[in-house]
Amino acid sequence: MTTQTLPQKFGPYGGQFVPETLMPALAELEEAYLAARSDPGFQAELDHLLRTYVGRPTPLSFARRLTEKLGGAQIYLKREDLAHSGAHKINNALGQVLLAKRMGKQRIIAETGAGQHGVATATACALLGLDCVVYMGTVDMARQAPNVFRMRLMGAEVRGVDSGSRTLKDAINEAIRDWVTNIADTYYLLGSALGPHPYPTMVRDFQSVIGRETREQMQETVGRLPDSIVACVGGGSNAIGIFHAFVPDEQVDLIGVEAGGNGIPSGQHAARFADPQIGRPGVLHGCYTYVMQNADGQIALTHSISAGLDYAAVGPEHTYLRETERAFYTAVTDDEALAAFQTLCAQEGIIPALESAHAVAEAIRRAPTLPQEHIMVINLSGRGDKDLDTVISTLRQA
Amino acid sequence: MKPVDAITQTFVRHKPAFMPYFTLGYPDYETSLAVVEACAAAGAHLMELGVPFSDPLADGPTIQQSMQVALQGGMTLEKCITAVATLRARQITIPFMLMGYINPILAYGTARFVQDAAQAGANGLIVPDLPPEEAGELETLCQQHGLALTYLLSPNSSNSRIKLVTRKTTGFTYLVSVTGITGARTALPPELGDFVQRVRAQTEGPLAVGFGISTREQVQAVGELADGVIVGSALIRAVGDATDKPGEAYRFVRELVG
Repeated sequence: MTTQTLPQKFGPYGGQFVPETLMPALAELEEAYLAARSDPGFQAELDHLLRTYVGRPTPLSFARRLTEKLGGAQIYLKREDLAHSGAHKINNALGQVLLAKRMGKQRIIAETGAGQHGVATATACALLGLDCVVYMGTVDMARQAPNVFRMRLMGAEVRGVDSGSRTLKDAINEAIRDWVTNIADTYYLLGSALGPHPYPTMVRDFQSVIGRETREQMQETVGRLPDSIVACVGGGSNAIGIFHAFVPDEQVDLIGVEAGGNGIPSGQHAARFADPQIGRPGVLHGCYTYVMQNADGQIALTHSISAGLDYAAVGPEHTYLRETERAFYTAVTDDEALAAFQTLCAQEGIIPALESAHAVAEAIRRAPTLPQEHIMVINLSGRGDKDLDTVISTLRQA
Repeated sequence: MKPVDAITQTFVRHKPAFMPYFTLGYPDYETSLAVVEACAAAGAHLMELGVPFSDPLADGPTIQQSMQVALQGGMTLEKCITAVATLRARQITIPFMLMGYINPILAYGTARFVQDAAQAGANGLIVPDLPPEEAGELETLCQQHGLALTYLLSPNSSNSRIKLVTRKTTGFTYLVSVTGITGARTALPPELGDFVQRVRAQTEGPLAVGFGISTREQVQAVGELADGVIVGSALIRAVGDATDKPGEAYRFVRELVG
């Protein structure tokens, strides 16, 4: 037994609220991750793959026409949509698959909402020759069909989950049940900065490459740090990935954007921080954080046009950043995200994921109110090809 | 006498103790109470009363479905506590363990919950997603009110974890027979005897085994190894399929303990 351990909580948030069977597995995972993290060989292998396979560093693009149209802050886009497999999810998937290999686990399981984490996991497993099973709610399978096909092409088995709301929450339930059952030979590759310790810390570490690159690129491009950073928050892995390197820089505003769905008053949304009636501290999937729930503590059904943001809990580090007022959180509705999606396509020739379109919408809201010296970075966490069906059918109905 | 003492005495009086699990509110509130009464009348020594939760990640399809039905029927943690008080008023005297996930307890208010559960006549709590590391507040409150807080062990628990859990647990230690979720299985795992021995080596307290036990033969085999036998999914399935649900519960328990 190693004596070295990672902090389990962010303030009071996080922890390990899991069945006993998972406790030894989480301890084994933490030990393996700590050993890998301090092994220069592991880091070198991951960096090599991020460079030669993922295509990192991803560019930082100045959004000239969007900036001119809005007439305020200068807007830059961190282009995670250009990472191989189409989103930031690959940063974490590759890191964890390398870790699983190191631990001698041949079978990888994962959950997915929008399908981007599932695709990233299937990609990493194909690259490194591991078996891959992805759990996905059947509602999400229908609205993200191209990603289901992509995963299957890369050799992953996609298992539809028909329980509960048939979305990300239920996919995580099934993945955890699989893990409990096949604990000896299976590695659970959790895709966001949530779940029991050490996942929130480990996923954040693997995603923090986004913020480190952004810092360097800002210094190279404009010679200073940005004034604000905007990112969408489902579980919150892309947001924590870009925020992390800037947390000590108090002058940089960190803005997380949750899914406002049909609007906060409708109750049909996934904005954990926006609605104190529904979003309160509680436990979901092994961690203590803000959770959408009814008065009896039953987990609420969420709604968002974006499958990747359609989740009842938020990563515990975000809850801590909000409580310590280091980061600020807001919400954007389906309609606002859809409008921002179209604006970015038309102004910049970039089709964003509907998740990332939430961050774009918040930027569109804020930029005109800010002076032209203000530099704002949007984390464009993924590309939107997967969402074309949803967008087409929604626009047709409107 | 504290509520927890009734649990301990059950294991002295009955070797092995037969401890069915049933989801409160399944298929509806009144029927679930009648099922518990029938189990007690048929000779159950202790009952685990399941508190429904929307996302029961340690449970297999049978218990998941029973919880969904119960929640759709309007079951809440508050009604579960009322159910305990009602059963006591109906002169059901066997020990009751409330078994449920942590989030509804947090939503209810941990301190208020422990007080209300004790007052209603519960003897202890089992919270499958609350390992001892996270249970500080609930543990203190249970001690204050004399309730058991029973922890679980799994076949993959290390000897150091077995030591921790058996020191911390009260009432009994709940041994999960397999690494997995709840639900009836055709055969008992061959390593179960070794697992029970490993735990026995660290504690003199009672050990009850659950998860995957469904037949009279399995109950007898587990009864030779441990102090208590827990049957959940098989009972729920039998009751769910039957027209006379309390009658089926009675018949089921008689068959398994008779």
